[in-house]
Amino acid sequence: MSSLQTPPLSARPAAPEQGGLRLVRILLPIVVLAAGVAAWELVVRLNHIPPYLLPGPIAVVKTLIIDWPALAESLLTTLQTTVEGFIAAAIGGIVLALLFNQSKWLEYSLFPYAVILQVTPVIAIAPLLLIYLPQQTAVIVCAWIVAFFPVLSNTTLGLNSVDRNLTGLFQLYGASRLQTLLHLKLPSALPFILGGLRIAGGLSLIGAVVAEIAAGSAGAGSGLAYRIAESGYRLDIPRMFAALLLLSAAGIVIYGLLALVSHLVLRRWHESALGKEN
Amino acid sequence: MAEPAALSKTDTDGLAVSLRAVTKVYDSGVAALGPLDLDVREGEFVSLLGPSGCGKSTALRLIAGLGAPSSGRVGVAHRGGEARGAHGIGFVFQEPTLMPWTSVRENVRLPLKLAHAPAGEADARVDQALTQVGLADFASAYPRELSGGMKMRVSLARALVTDPDILLMDEPFAALDEITRFRLNNDLLALWRNLRKTIIFVTHSVFESVYLSQRVIVMTSRPGRLSAEIRINAQEPRGEEFRTSAAYAGYCREVTKALAPSYSGLSGS
Repeated sequence: MSSLQTPPLSARPAAPEQGGLRLVRILLPIVVLAAGVAAWELVVRLNHIPPYLLPGPIAVVKTLIIDWPALAESLLTTLQTTVEGFIAAAIGGIVLALLFNQSKWLEYSLFPYAVILQVTPVIAIAPLLLIYLPQQTAVIVCAWIVAFFPVLSNTTLGLNSVDRNLTGLFQLYGASRLQTLLHLKLPSALPFILGGLRIAGGLSLIGAVVAEIAAGSAGAGSGLAYRIAESGYRLDIPRMFAALLLLSAAGIVIYGLLALVSHLVLRRWHESALGKEN
Repeated sequence: MAEPAALSKTDTDGLAVSLRAVTKVYDSGVAALGPLDLDVREGEFVSLLGPSGCGKSTALRLIAGLGAPSSGRVGVAHRGGEARGAHGIGFVFQEPTLMPWTSVRENVRLPLKLAHAPAGEADARVDQALTQVGLADFASAYPRELSGGMKMRVSLARALVTDPDILLMDEPFAALDEITRFRLNNDLLALWRNLRKTIIFVTHSVFESVYLSQRVIVMTSRPGRLSAEIRINAQEPRGEEFRTSAAYAGYCREVTKALAPSYSGLSGS
């Protein structure tokens, strides 16, 4: 890691109770999950509930395997929309925050509209977007609308939280606006930006799903949300559950990836990534 | 002695800093400083001492050019023909004010980077500055891995890296424990003896001001004015003998007495 000859804080051996606690924290949710799934299967079997009312977890997994080719394709479609919406939100949010930071006039003129866009429920905007935009574009725009605001507001917060003395230091050494932005403001804002992106990841999935459901009746969609709607019309409940399972898994993976990126970027210096020991 | 050409901004020869009737009134209407007159000779070690909120830091920020005076004139002697990346003034803040996201080396290199100094020359100067403060082995550490005293040393190295003529220090050791502070005091004196920089040192510690400086300027509380000026004539180089000598105790008593009106007056105002 570093070439420190005498590290000021030597690494202490982890206390055994701490390792045990960690194991418990991982095991407990798994035990709860297993118990829940078992109870679910048991209730379905003991009460002879037909699969068109409530399928058991085994039936859901079976459907997942049998319908995998179609579901996998839908998963890819949804993921693609999500990622595109997320990238658009990340770029849009960060660039807009930077512009706002450089020009107060721009901020005063545009910020209220960013808020309006955020507080208007996207499910109500989606049908309109589908009328005016090609479907694939409309879906991405939906994901963008939902996801860009946390990036914008977090980045703005970060850019405004720069240490006052460091700002003075940059001023003293005659730093240009660009230098101040690159070497001071952006690194200071990085933890905030990453926090915003973590929220945006989950939200862009929601945006994509909302848009797909709104577009679903138009028939051209093939994402996971469309599968859920379609399976609902056909009373194919196990497939609804299977698609839901995939959506949920996608959300978890997106969050996990972004949390990992955030941890890797911040682990050497930011309090949030350093743990509680020191 | 000194070359007048290099001191074009000040009227008098041999002055590094000269303040004339300088005042500072903040937008909120608070009169923080002045009118204050202050002359600091080249190579002199001067302490500004006073109760908190007496405008010492404000005076320092004005000298550094971080903000303009409301009235009066701030004169700072600039060195002619300085090398690229050199800067006339080094500033050490009360907090270490390091960038937590990058290594000690990059923190110290910052002033040179902002001045677009050539990389090779910058490397050499960073190494030199880190050696001067005794942190050569910690160049690739991150600020959070260092103790409070070491962070302050990094901050000092960063101020020295441009080889400034004037070093402004704003209560740099106030947050440190006494043992660390004593050690840094000695190291600072050694640096001052070797490098012969002009140092203006803001502190609220009587003992620190007497130990370090050739001249102690005592200021009144808000708005900060000069209330007394005490010259410390001690045998150089100063060391632990001075800290425990009767002369040192005498100066401390004298400075404390000079300071008394400002803290006894606080209860009345």
